[in-house]
Amino acid sequence: MDEHPMTRAQRLRALFFSTLYISAFTFGGGYVIVTFMKRKFVDELHWIDEQEMLDMTALAQSSPGAIAVNAAILVGWRVEGLPGMAVAVLGSILPPMVILTVISFIYQAFATNPYVALVLKGMQAGVAAVILDVVCDLGGDVLKTRSVLFIGLMVAAFVASSLLQINVILIILAATAFGVLRAVYQHRKAVRR
Amino acid sequence: MIYLQLFLSFLQVGLFSVGGGYAAMPLIQSQVVERHPWLTLREFTDLITIAQMTPGPIAINSATFVGVRIAGIPGALVATLGCIAPALVLVSLLAWVYNKYKNLSVLQNVLACLRPVVVALILGAGLSILVLVVLDGAPLRVENIQWIDTGLFVAALVILRKAKWDPILTMCLCGAAGLVLHLVLPVA
Repeated sequence: MDEHPMTRAQRLRALFFSTLYISAFTFGGGYVIVTFMKRKFVDELHWIDEQEMLDMTALAQSSPGAIAVNAAILVGWRVEGLPGMAVAVLGSILPPMVILTVISFIYQAFATNPYVALVLKGMQAGVAAVILDVVCDLGGDVLKTRSVLFIGLMVAAFVASSLLQINVILIILAATAFGVLRAVYQHRKAVRR
Repeated sequence: MIYLQLFLSFLQVGLFSVGGGYAAMPLIQSQVVERHPWLTLREFTDLITIAQMTPGPIAINSATFVGVRIAGIPGALVATLGCIAPALVLVSLLAWVYNKYKNLSVLQNVLACLRPVVVALILGAGLSILVLVVLDGAPLRVENIQWIDTGLFVAALVILRKAKWDPILTMCLCGAAGLVLHLVLPVA
């Protein structure tokens, strides 16, 4: 990674407010938050590279618990160790806790308010745009590898998850098995030489 | 003791919900509606609606909502802690393994094969939200297309790709524009 011009305290503060900000504004589940984290930590702050972010997404997805919290744990450890993990998790759970505490007192009025629904509907359009924007970058990078294996895996995973509705965990396990086989194959080839 | 019950219930939700979001919903339902008389089914449905309308993971939202209603703010804290405790232990362990062994050949190969898969999964999640934006849950017919929200999506995508605006700012502007356009234009 590149050098770290920020002090440890500055990095922890930036980590906390980044996760707080992302968590407070991202509606619609784990993958949404992961795309926002990519924009922040990979493209803006350059703390993590794109491959690591994808690795962490895979790990967050296949571990128990909410993807957003899992991703915060992984990013936190990567950036600043145990304190980093603690502030990243705190930053990502505080907004939903505060918001839901308030709403639990006024939930009837909130859930049936037509103006709230219209704003949220518009934000949903924005969220779809953010996700597809990030996917254009990530998918473009996969295509640029010109590897039949990687492009094939991407297409197969899309067909399996979106069209055939196969459980995501199974898809990840299959890709993991593929990776192990590939490692064994490469190892044998290297030994034979 | 209610705090212990809340903690243990959401500990199970956190431990057994692999894959996030919707995977957690049936688990939460079994804990807070069926095993414990904490919410009625109607309240649970409201909770899911609210969880979808507000930021944050469904499991955390539910833990807070149920905790507050059953045992006030301390209840919310205990339930949320239970919810994230398994991840704090297990994912921290994974983070350690990942940071230590990511240069190992086997792990390199596994991760290389997982990356394109993750891209495909994110694409799938994005498309399912897009379908919701364009059709609002209605069947695929021209008269069902939500023109305002579809237009907002296209505008936002162009702005993000070409002008590189901040994603959260773009999203909030979409919310404001959606409200104004729906109130001003007669189509909706």
